[in-house]
Amino acid sequence: MIPKDLLYAKTHEWARQEDGEAMVGITHFAQEQLGDLTYVELPEVGQELTAGAEMGSVESVKAASELYSPVTGTVTAVNEELVNNPGLINEDPYGEGWIARVKLSAEPAGLLDAGQYERLIASEVH
Amino acid sequence: MSTLKKTSLTDWHTAHGAKTVDFAGWEMPVQYEGIIAEHVHTRTQASLFDICHMGEFLVSGRGAMAALNRLLTQNLETLPPGKCRYGFMLNESGGVLDDLIAYCLGADSYMLVVNGACEESDYSWIAGHLPAGVKLENVSAATAKIDLQGPSACDALETLLGGSWRQLKYFAFQAATFDGAPLTVSRTGYTGELGYELYLPWGKALTLWEKALAVASVKPAGFGARDTLRLELGYPLYGQDLDPKHTPVEAGYGFLLGEKDFLGKAGLARVDEKLVALSIEGRRSARHEDKVATMSGKVVGHVTSGSFAPSLGHSVALAYVTAESAEQGAFVVKAARADLPARRVSLPFYDKGTARQKLA
Repeated sequence: MIPKDLLYAKTHEWARQEDGEAMVGITHFAQEQLGDLTYVELPEVGQELTAGAEMGSVESVKAASELYSPVTGTVTAVNEELVNNPGLINEDPYGEGWIARVKLSAEPAGLLDAGQYERLIASEVH
Repeated sequence: MSTLKKTSLTDWHTAHGAKTVDFAGWEMPVQYEGIIAEHVHTRTQASLFDICHMGEFLVSGRGAMAALNRLLTQNLETLPPGKCRYGFMLNESGGVLDDLIAYCLGADSYMLVVNGACEESDYSWIAGHLPAGVKLENVSAATAKIDLQGPSACDALETLLGGSWRQLKYFAFQAATFDGAPLTVSRTGYTGELGYELYLPWGKALTLWEKALAVASVKPAGFGARDTLRLELGYPLYGQDLDPKHTPVEAGYGFLLGEKDFLGKAGLARVDEKLVALSIEGRRSARHEDKVATMSGKVVGHVTSGSFAPSLGHSVALAYVTAESAEQGAFVVKAARADLPARRVSLPFYDKGTARQKLA
């Protein structure tokens, strides 16, 4: 459940780079830890995001958690489907459960590759 | 987690993928496949809950009825054998020491079912208030409690135990036998759905659990779903919505208290705060301890229980607010990241529950 083609933040968000943009979301591990999601506070289109800074939040039945942007840039689209169906993140965190699309203003930096992220999770679980 | 107490089902839960949590000193399952799926399954079919952490006391002997009748808000004079009743045990100033169900087993013979977290303090309190000759026995360690809840619960129970159970009415109970051991079937529950609370010897719990899960409509559900299910009905959770600082009148249960006298009754005249039911627009959840303000911004109370309500599609909360503000129709919950507009409503939040359904 850790796709090889993504980059990961230590705070459990992912980024998929394509043509100067990046799709961002939260990882399978994150959704599993949170449990059934009930609410997603999305960033706004046009909002400037800074890597490592807050971009929104998610809530589950039992928990709430801030979302941190894994990249720096401008939001060009958000996944409106999540407003009424936050469970998409549980069902398909790397696909239908994407959170935002960001036009990058800087190359992603300080992110983990799949192997590094896998080791991070292993260290958090044990 | 090593110091937590285990039920005879805890190992089954972890072996079947449950996430567990410390609940009143017990390692209890929060969820198996997911809180929302388990919630929906309970509302539509039937779920099995491990409730072995709860306490059971037997009180018997000449004078037991009179003594308990002074100690509990339930009127035991009108409670016949085979029936049970929900109520409270109060301190001298009327604060709630526990909410509990009293079962009338026979003349001067009762079972009290108390919250796990209150077991020791309840025992001491009751022991200190019983006259000589009335025997109090804590049978919690020997007694397992498994709840079977959901619209298919009666069908499932009949498959599990055989015989017909349709004649058993809400808040009535009956003895049965399971695997050669005594079993008490009580038509009560904490979900708002048709259902049963089953009391049996600790050593038979796993056998019953596995046999019940062999019924096609039955799945296990954890404390996560138990909490969202009870909150949709507005049922209080001791330690959050009920505590020694608030009376049952403040908690909204004045209607349950009749004419009879009981310990703490004099304290009920004091009403400083009231528990209100809040319907929140949107999916964002109010959480325990969030402040509650009036529309003009004055903080008048705090949330005691709050969650997204899966059967309703929006959030709900219970909150204590000052008595003088309790009649207002609208409030604002000051949640961590946003102000949530809330409307005061009457309970239950969810009114399609099958708990009281007539089966025969």
